[in-house]
Amino acid sequence: MNQPKIIELNSMQPLLINPDRPIYLDYQATTPVDPLVLEQMLPFLTHDFGNAASRSHPYGWTAEKAVEKARQQVADAIHADPREIVWTSGATEATNLALKGAAHFYSGKGRHLITLRTEHKATLDTCRQLEREGFEVTYLEVQEDGLVDLQAFAAAIRPDTIMASVLYVNNEIGVVQPIEAIGKILRAHKVLFHVDAVQALGKIPVDVEAVQADMMSLSGHKIYGPKGIGALYVRRKPRVRVEAQVHGGGHERGMRSGTLPTHQIVGMGAAAELAVQSMESDARRIRQLRDRLLKGIQERVEETYINGNMEHRVPHNLNISFAFVEGESLIMALKEIAVSSGSACTSASLEPSYVLRALGKSDELAHSSIRFGIGRYTTEEEIDATIELIAAKVDKLRELSPLWEMHQEGIDLNSIQWAAH
Amino acid sequence: MAYSEKVIDHYENPRNVGAMDKDDSGVGTGMVGAPACGDVMRLQIRVNGQGIIEDAKFKTYGCGSAIASSSLVTEWVKGKTLDEAMTIKNSQIAEELELPPVKIHCSVLAEDAIKAAVEDYRKKQGDAPVAVQPEMAGAQAVH
Repeated sequence: MNQPKIIELNSMQPLLINPDRPIYLDYQATTPVDPLVLEQMLPFLTHDFGNAASRSHPYGWTAEKAVEKARQQVADAIHADPREIVWTSGATEATNLALKGAAHFYSGKGRHLITLRTEHKATLDTCRQLEREGFEVTYLEVQEDGLVDLQAFAAAIRPDTIMASVLYVNNEIGVVQPIEAIGKILRAHKVLFHVDAVQALGKIPVDVEAVQADMMSLSGHKIYGPKGIGALYVRRKPRVRVEAQVHGGGHERGMRSGTLPTHQIVGMGAAAELAVQSMESDARRIRQLRDRLLKGIQERVEETYINGNMEHRVPHNLNISFAFVEGESLIMALKEIAVSSGSACTSASLEPSYVLRALGKSDELAHSSIRFGIGRYTTEEEIDATIELIAAKVDKLRELSPLWEMHQEGIDLNSIQWAAH
Repeated sequence: MAYSEKVIDHYENPRNVGAMDKDDSGVGTGMVGAPACGDVMRLQIRVNGQGIIEDAKFKTYGCGSAIASSSLVTEWVKGKTLDEAMTIKNSQIAEELELPPVKIHCSVLAEDAIKAAVEDYRKKQGDAPVAVQPEMAGAQAVH
């Protein structure tokens, strides 16, 4: 494809790391599109604009070829067959299709599902909807380190259990669930296994055969691809059936109708290939940065608590609670850094992070948590600047905090009768 | 959260941060809120012989608008009599700081902190009647 370059891609790099903007440490929220990915997407917005469903002319054939190449790229990234990949608008839709689609199809076999309390809202809210439709859902507790207990998992399986859904890598605390062991248990009980691998792809090896997944949700924008595109893996052998949730046109073998967004799909395919290629080098570099950040914070700030298991965890995530300061005010103080918090005040619901609460963390520590997401473009200078800022701002807020003063005086905060409001 | 400039100003340059001796008979201390709810305010006032609040200090654990609300009330109560301070309403605080609806509870907490500090001071005077000034006796009666 010898298209004239619409923009000079090299000029984008400085836009990603711009000294006038906050340091971006929210890579679990989203990632920028890699310039190499964008380059492959652009022709499909202009020159190669055909509809992949147009079988009668070259415009359609070009689009279809690009879509199928991307399907192969995504399939390769998770060791699947391209015929097992269904394009969706994103991982939320993929998870909706997996859970509702399979629950509806297999409702004659049983009406019970299993998931974890620490799942992404795409799973939890879909499960709530299934409950309204008459399905029963077990929301398993996790251990203090965020990992599920395998015995508890096995014990939750009932004769009428049709499906379980587990988040491979948690988006808030980065812990990696024992997916392979869970897959083994579920296969032995002939229970369908949906894996939300959105935060796993590109960070750890993902293999649908190794983990015996029947369905797997994937997203483009967490792997340096575009937003608005995702995919659902649906196993062919043994065949897994899902009922379509979007009708009209019969695209994607009837599982998901709608004209395929060629440029988005090309972007996700390219991003998936790149993610697997650069996984090892990315992870090595990111781990060094994460260790540097953790060490720096622990050396400079006392009374910090790491949320989630540190061993079974992707290096791309660090979630820390800073006791005696409130997360939203800390984020306000850290306006030179783009991070997110488990604080209630940063959420619309005014509830502190349900993930941290599921770990048994006190509300107070959940309010005080910051998620650092490190990614492909994070630099050592950014990490060092972050450590300096954290140390200075936590100090400042603790000087303002009556709780810190009481802690310094040796008063046990739990001994005080607080008036709830 | 898009805060008003006033909130950001109070948050970045909080007024009257600090502590007073809570056992001092001329000091009233009000601590309201709870760590589990994400905000705890401590407001302290020093009342002179004329029943006028001559100094105020605060410390707050909480979000930006909680810090700003408490910083603002330390400015507002200074120079007021206890009765005047008691008339400060959360709606005035919310209006001054242009708090978004979801942050109104921060202003409620600041109003509660004033009331708690004044009550603490008055209680102390009641416990130690010798120290009560004639004007204060009047205030007690109102209370």
